Amino acid sequence: MTAVDLSHDHGGEGHAPWLAHHFDTPQQQYASAKLGTWVFLLTEVLFFGGLFCAYAVYRHNHPEVFFDGHHFLSTPLGATNTVVLLFSSLTMAWGVRCAQLDQQRGLVTCLCLTLTAAAVFLGIKYIEYSQKWSHHMVPGQARIMAALGIESEHATDHVPGQPAPRGFRPYKEHLMEVLRHSDQERGVVIVSEKAYEAQLEKRIQNLGVFFGIYFSLTGLHAIHVICGMIAIGWLLRRALAGHFSSAYFNAVDCVGLYWHLVDLIWIYLFPLLYLIH
Amino acid sequence: MATAVTDAIGPEASPATAGGNYLTCDRSVRSWVFTLDHKRVGIMFLVTVVICLGLGALFALLIRTELTTPGPTIMTETTAKLAAALSLGDTRMTPQQMYNRAFTLHGAIMIFLFVLPAIPSALGNFVLPLQLGAKDVAFPRLNLFSYHLFVIGTLFFVVTLLMGGIDTGWTFYAPYSVETRTAVTTAVAGAFLLGFGSIFTGLNFLVTTHTLRRQGMTWFKMPLFVWSLYATAVIQLLATPVLAITLLLLAVERVFGVGIFDPALGGDPVLFQHFFWFYSHPAVYIMILPAMGIVSEVISIHSRKHIFGYRFIAYSSVAIALLGFLVWGHHMVVSGQSPLAGMIFSLLTFSVAIPSAIKVFNWLATMYKGSIALTTPMCYSLIFIFLFGLGGLTGLFLGALATDVHVHDTAFVVAHFHYQMAGGVLMAFLSGLHHWWPKMTGRMYNDKLGRYTALWILIGFNLTYFPQFILGSHGMPRRYFDYTKLLDHIPHLTLYQVISTIGGYMFVSGLVMVAVYLIASLRHGRPAPANPWGGASMEWQTSSPPPPHNFDTPPQVGDPYDFSNLVYDEELQGYVRAR
Repeated sequence: MTAVDLSHDHGGEGHAPWLAHHFDTPQQQYASAKLGTWVFLLTEVLFFGGLFCAYAVYRHNHPEVFFDGHHFLSTPLGATNTVVLLFSSLTMAWGVRCAQLDQQRGLVTCLCLTLTAAAVFLGIKYIEYSQKWSHHMVPGQARIMAALGIESEHATDHVPGQPAPRGFRPYKEHLMEVLRHSDQERGVVIVSEKAYEAQLEKRIQNLGVFFGIYFSLTGLHAIHVICGMIAIGWLLRRALAGHFSSAYFNAVDCVGLYWHLVDLIWIYLFPLLYLIH
Repeated sequence: MATAVTDAIGPEASPATAGGNYLTCDRSVRSWVFTLDHKRVGIMFLVTVVICLGLGALFALLIRTELTTPGPTIMTETTAKLAAALSLGDTRMTPQQMYNRAFTLHGAIMIFLFVLPAIPSALGNFVLPLQLGAKDVAFPRLNLFSYHLFVIGTLFFVVTLLMGGIDTGWTFYAPYSVETRTAVTTAVAGAFLLGFGSIFTGLNFLVTTHTLRRQGMTWFKMPLFVWSLYATAVIQLLATPVLAITLLLLAVERVFGVGIFDPALGGDPVLFQHFFWFYSHPAVYIMILPAMGIVSEVISIHSRKHIFGYRFIAYSSVAIALLGFLVWGHHMVVSGQSPLAGMIFSLLTFSVAIPSAIKVFNWLATMYKGSIALTTPMCYSLIFIFLFGLGGLTGLFLGALATDVHVHDTAFVVAHFHYQMAGGVLMAFLSGLHHWWPKMTGRMYNDKLGRYTALWILIGFNLTYFPQFILGSHGMPRRYFDYTKLLDHIPHLTLYQVISTIGGYMFVSGLVMVAVYLIASLRHGRPAPANPWGGASMEWQTSSPPPPHNFDTPPQVGDPYDFSNLVYDEELQGYVRAR
């Protein structure tokens, strides 16, 4: 900005390099950033709210699909991820505090720890996803049936007359075994073995819907984690360049708020998907 | 971040170009595409939405022409074959399918690409910071991002068009939208991106209104256009994310077959309707509220009289925004919703009429004993009040359960909706465009021509849509391609359709006329004074067009509707403050 401009806009005072031209004071800039972030988080809550609402309606209509499905999710892995994300929220909050107290090294350390925790979260998620995929627990009823070689009038990807690829049958047996075991534990009485087998096959088909919802919810959350990692990486670069101080830490504060929301959503997702009884 | 902002506007503020306005300070293409100036973003939005309006109007004319005769008119086997050959996605198309695509594309383009963004994103972007006395919106880069998202979303719609269009209607109702082989996924992806652009615009406006008001400007010293944009922003923020997730689920359902909305997989198609209308009903207030804001401005300024009932108008905007969230079920009266829910939604729907009527009566009271100047913007605002009044009253027919069941899915609904959207939003858009055109471009247009065109458009509009009220009340269904079999049941059916088509051509030709004389004014119009209409809000205190940073001298905060100390200066042909 030129001197002429400054005299018009800022009453002749010089201003800090981080103060954008359209703000008069740092307080105004901080208030805008904070309000904007909270409003953005509100839209995120509504965004996921729609998804949770769809989950609630489907689960209300078909509780058995969710009960069957949860057997195939690994609670220990999910719980580990919950702890990892909670830890990352702690380091993020600590990082904001470091920025406020002018502790440059503390800020960089905390951001690195947060990034690492996020990477661990995604790593564990990758293990979970790849297990599901290799066991053909894929989204969509038609797909799961095609993968397991089950004939159905709804199956669109399955080419009729072509045998299912080799090695797929055992997974079907495995899925049936898990469901049978669950029923035995609950003391379900089997009257006719033949009818029961047919019912199991139907239930396995419905798992496709469960995994569809599972992948939608956790996938959308994972996209948010990745966005958060990009934002934290950006903060880290700026922190290393020494952009943040007790006078200006808006960006750290705002990304921190976003990161806590990502954490919060997972805290709801974990029991809704993994801890069904 | 801040450094980059300073860099980007650096050249504009340099002494070499200090004399230039926001249009002339830097003429390179790059300085437009990557501008952080809210005024330039507003102008880019304006150009884009007007192009989209043209495209939507083209489909409207195709529909109207087709309906001129009872059987196939222009959509015949031959033209359908031609359309299929031209598209990248389809190999076969029947005339009926062609018609379905035409009305779907007309609806989707007009709603998502014109009516929703036209006033907030184009005019609002330009005017809001000026009216607040601010140098820009709170997040200029996010503002630019909204525009880029809008362009990308529009391109998705263009791709949809090239792939042969979609045939679901603009509402994308499941399960048909899951099953159809037309390009629903690209259209939905486009609407998703447009939704995010809309969310970011709303976020920007809300924060700007909270934090960037000039010192001394309290909430009740804000112009009513700002109030209406604020209420709009609240809706954009609370409703659009639900649309986003709905469209995302629809896309996921199409691609992966998840089954949330598909009854064949245990899903609930009515859930889609709930989700869709939870957004799309409030969305009609995203469209109409800023329109009402413009009318509040224009009526007061061009009547040279203080707005009547300022607080009532301001509060009624907020009341409409909040009540608008509670009425979505009135779109689903015949969708298997319980009668009790239907009654509650009907009652709530009637309650929206109260704040709307408050506004209309306040506008009328403002004009009473005012010194009314029948300028072009004023003409369009008066047309707005008339058409919006008709549309609003017929809305009550639709809000009442018994009559709604009778006229549901008929041309009556089409007529009501177009009285609100084309007669309401488009007229207010034209009013605002003519009102702020001198400020935006620095040129005056031919006002006399403008008034005659407004009259032409008024006649054309009513010829188009009034017959549809009559047809609808006699039972003419909407979205019908061929009405040969109805000829015996509905008197004068073809006559009304012909009148409607003639009106449609008049209406569109009027719009073309507006475009012609406005563009001509850029070259031949006389330079505009800072305050051609005598407005008291802050955008009239800066030059026309404004400098890059909006104000060369700090504007004075005052009552935005106090015109007492503004006098007409013959030499400037504009208003100046009396000393």
